[in-house]
Amino acid sequence: MREFDVSKIAGAVAEMCERINHELSDDVSSALRRAAERETSETGRSVLSMLEENLDVAKEKRIPICQDTGMAVVFLEIGQEVSLVGGYVEDAVNEGVSRGYRDGYLRKSVVADPLERVNTGDNTPAVIHTRIVPGDRVKITLAPKGFGSENMSRLYMLKPSDGEEGVVRAVVEAVRAAGPNACPPVVVGVGLGGDFEYSALMAKRALTRPVGESSDKEHIARLEKRILDEVNSLGIGPAGLGGAVTALAVNIETFPTHIAGMPCAVNICCHVDRHISVTL
Amino acid sequence: MERRITIPMDRETAASLRTGDTVYITGEMYVARDAAHKRLYELICEGRPLPIDLENETVYYMGPSPAREGRAIGSAGPTTSSRMDKYTPALLERGLSVMIGKGRRSEEVKRSAKEHGAVYLVAVGGAGALLSERITGSQVVCYEDLGAEAIRRIKVKDFPCIVALDSEGCDVYESRES
Repeated sequence: MREFDVSKIAGAVAEMCERINHELSDDVSSALRRAAERETSETGRSVLSMLEENLDVAKEKRIPICQDTGMAVVFLEIGQEVSLVGGYVEDAVNEGVSRGYRDGYLRKSVVADPLERVNTGDNTPAVIHTRIVPGDRVKITLAPKGFGSENMSRLYMLKPSDGEEGVVRAVVEAVRAAGPNACPPVVVGVGLGGDFEYSALMAKRALTRPVGESSDKEHIARLEKRILDEVNSLGIGPAGLGGAVTALAVNIETFPTHIAGMPCAVNICCHVDRHISVTL
Repeated sequence: MERRITIPMDRETAASLRTGDTVYITGEMYVARDAAHKRLYELICEGRPLPIDLENETVYYMGPSPAREGRAIGSAGPTTSSRMDKYTPALLERGLSVMIGKGRRSEEVKRSAKEHGAVYLVAVGGAGALLSERITGSQVVCYEDLGAEAIRRIKVKDFPCIVALDSEGCDVYESRES
């Protein structure tokens, strides 16, 4: 067994919170910069150029890219040969979030109770998804999620007879309904299969796959491209003010499912698709 | 059309704006979002006085990130306006004349805005760093306990917006979506 001190997790999470809220990963920032080349609307091009300038200002002056610095979503992949020591792993993640959001001048956007709505003051707790995986490493993926787009996400319990057409209809409908509210151009995460909650989790995880990287399943990669084309023909455009660039990518994750069903979760992310990983 | 506008905006200026116009705003405005709207709305429902005077005022739907030393404000882009829809007609009745946010509004808000000659502008969502450069001053006016959701007074210079709903009720999103 490899002994692993959870304080290293706290440090890594804090550093990632600060970094990813000021600098997007290359896949997303270059997709955004390339989008201007295929935008046909003048307003759309002007919005995209503002977004490019925004990325430059954020990086240079250390101002968060978006004021909604998100709820911290953390995917932990813990090797089964790792023995975690030095405290409880979820406490370490939350300590990292607390430190990162304080030291990084990030907005504290979490309330302790959905109905009472009192702010926790340090953006904790994070939403943590843990998987035990082979090996002796610890991989941490952080995806701070803004709620303008989260609010426009949907889960459809499709039926087997809905087929591929049903999936296309559902995803396109979700993006259409999201319209300007989700801050397009969006990245669309889709979880197809599994069950009710697993489809939603896959949809969120799909948003952490680099923009521009297709599914390794050929028929799913084709479906991603088809849906992306249909979404971009909606005409919603940058900021929802009309144009050809409504989405930067459609990322679909799949899992085996039941003979009676085909859950399809659509998790929409704005153009500030923040995701960052580290393996320790 | 591109225009430079100062706020408070008189009703004639508001009436002259057309959906789709780009406007650069200079002046002072309030900042309020969900939790502050809920409190204002509850005061109105209870028939009690409001802590701010909304007559001819502008409200920006926004909750900033904390300011670094030497800066007026942190990241400061618009939040989704439709979450304020439930509370908005009551504020329009009390004189609110300009709203700034992002995204669609309800039919009720559109009707109420038209009735009161108010306009709704949108700023580019997710451009919070860039927009913060046009904000030259910021202070909390009330509800400090709400943190990022406190009501603020900010000073803006050439703050870029697009008219999304003019005083005749023409909606930028309806006209642009296919």
